[in-house]
Amino acid sequence: MVTDTRPAGAAVNPDPAGPARGPRRRSLYSAQRRAGWILVLPAVFALSLVTIVPIGYGFYLSLTSYNPVERGGPRFHGLDGYLDVLASGEFWHAIWVTVQYSFGTLVLAVPAALGLALLVNGRFPGVALFRAVLYLPRVVPLVAVSMIWLWLYSHDGLFNYLLDLVGLPPVDFLTDEDSALASLIVMRAWKALGGSMIIFLAGLQGIPKSLLEAASVDGCGRWRTLRHVILPLLVPITTYVVVVDLIYLAQSFSEIYVLTSGGPLSSTTVLNMLIYNEAFEHYRLGNASAMAFLLFCLIFGLAYVSIRTMARGGRR
Amino acid sequence: MNARPRIGGTGPRRTVLAGAVALLVATPFVWMVSLAFKPKTEVFAYPPRLLPEQPTLDNFSYVWNSTNIPVAMTNSLIVAALTVAGNCVAATAAGYALARIDFRGSRLLFTAVLGSAMVPSIVQLIPLFLIVKGFPLAGGNDLFGQGGTGLLDSHVGLVLPILVQPLNIYLARQYFLDMPQELADAGRLDGAGELRIFWQIYLPLARPIVATIAILSFTGAWEDFLWPLVAVSSPEMQTLPLALSSFAGSGVTQYGPLMAGTFLAIVPVLVIFIAGQRHFVQGLGSGGVKG
Repeated sequence: MVTDTRPAGAAVNPDPAGPARGPRRRSLYSAQRRAGWILVLPAVFALSLVTIVPIGYGFYLSLTSYNPVERGGPRFHGLDGYLDVLASGEFWHAIWVTVQYSFGTLVLAVPAALGLALLVNGRFPGVALFRAVLYLPRVVPLVAVSMIWLWLYSHDGLFNYLLDLVGLPPVDFLTDEDSALASLIVMRAWKALGGSMIIFLAGLQGIPKSLLEAASVDGCGRWRTLRHVILPLLVPITTYVVVVDLIYLAQSFSEIYVLTSGGPLSSTTVLNMLIYNEAFEHYRLGNASAMAFLLFCLIFGLAYVSIRTMARGGRR
Repeated sequence: MNARPRIGGTGPRRTVLAGAVALLVATPFVWMVSLAFKPKTEVFAYPPRLLPEQPTLDNFSYVWNSTNIPVAMTNSLIVAALTVAGNCVAATAAGYALARIDFRGSRLLFTAVLGSAMVPSIVQLIPLFLIVKGFPLAGGNDLFGQGGTGLLDSHVGLVLPILVQPLNIYLARQYFLDMPQELADAGRLDGAGELRIFWQIYLPLARPIVATIAILSFTGAWEDFLWPLVAVSSPEMQTLPLALSSFAGSGVTQYGPLMAGTFLAIVPVLVIFIAGQRHFVQGLGSGGVKG
């Protein structure tokens, strides 16, 4: 509430008498404009330095060949870097790994998150606690999560113990070429559950009660209401969850760097891992920048395709 | 209310089911805590037991005295505090201006903010590394950014890329958009200047969104990995995720101390999460015009 009625002083209001309408109006606008710029200036300065300039600079680098260890700056060579990258087998392999990793995680996490949301939607004793516990993996740093799963997957860890209990031989989850990617996917899906669950929960609580009552009056049972009323209404929110997760997952890096470093035999080398190695192990900054822009295109494409697919699914 | 389908039954039956699922999801955390308090001999014992037979704090004292984790924790706290401050001040102010002040270029600015949020961070990583390394007059650099390491290996360099985040500007803008114009008009009538209207009228009402921005900035900075990995080379500047990862990767993994370190890395986010929830609930009731 504004209780302070003192005149704010000449600097703030250059026209304390406030006589004619015209000049006062104009000075108000110019004061607003000035205030607007003052308020955005720090953010604009910081964002230009760390976002806008780097994007332009990065695009320039992607058109060059640049090894900072050798003398004499970036050498411009147009689209050659892009053609090099597109012709390399390891780039396409990394794309394939990225796609498997992203979609594998989504396929596990999204239905499970929906199930969890249905489970904790409603009132029953303990529901607040259960929601918090289920959300917990979401707030814990990914590297910390990786450390826990490093043990779970280790030779003497929980999963090998469980395998032993049912009489199966031990698996080198993270160091076997056949299981490393799948192991990472399971971990990442567990990490992704809580965030998606909360969004689904918000979606479920936004469904008008009248619709559910109508379904019940029409004799719909639980499962038919779920199948024909709730799920169709959740299509937009599912699209949102899928697209946002996809954008994140396609940029996965830290858990892979920490747990497998892209190995064994590059079976878990996602695109971000490849770009990191290209730039900071082999110092090929030009090629790495070209890959980064191609990843940008891939993410854009994936998001576009999922939005289109799900929009079509929703109309049916 | 009866119409709401209840998958998995109602009342106590549902509590049991949901409790079982929650316990399953929490299993990794339970084992982490258990290992953190186990003596060395029990960590590798087979079969693994959930409860330590002789619980001990040895792992924590080892982490505290013989690893880089305390130094890294201090660094992480500094970086997170600076990130929270930067976003709460600059992102909130920018969000307010973009929502409530009509000035030339504001539309274009907003589009630029949204657009820059969509570019994957790896695109900025390499140029950002070169910019931070070549920062003039820092870390032994001359006026043209040559000769030294610039802002690499410094707190400022670590914070710079996350100091103001587009998402936070967007959140603040959406929040301020929903606030009533009457407040500003009343302020102007009373002779308050534009900056004062922001500072004394709208900002106090925007506490919930500032809290949200603070929490998001803190957890984001706490978990940041790729940029610190690139920007830090000395152990004295490592952040917590870096220290955990290099501890795990050095020789035979010592799971006891590693889980103790992980436990310490999780505690601050847990505290923020629990404390933040209450703040959100409080904030819901206090915004807007009443009466």
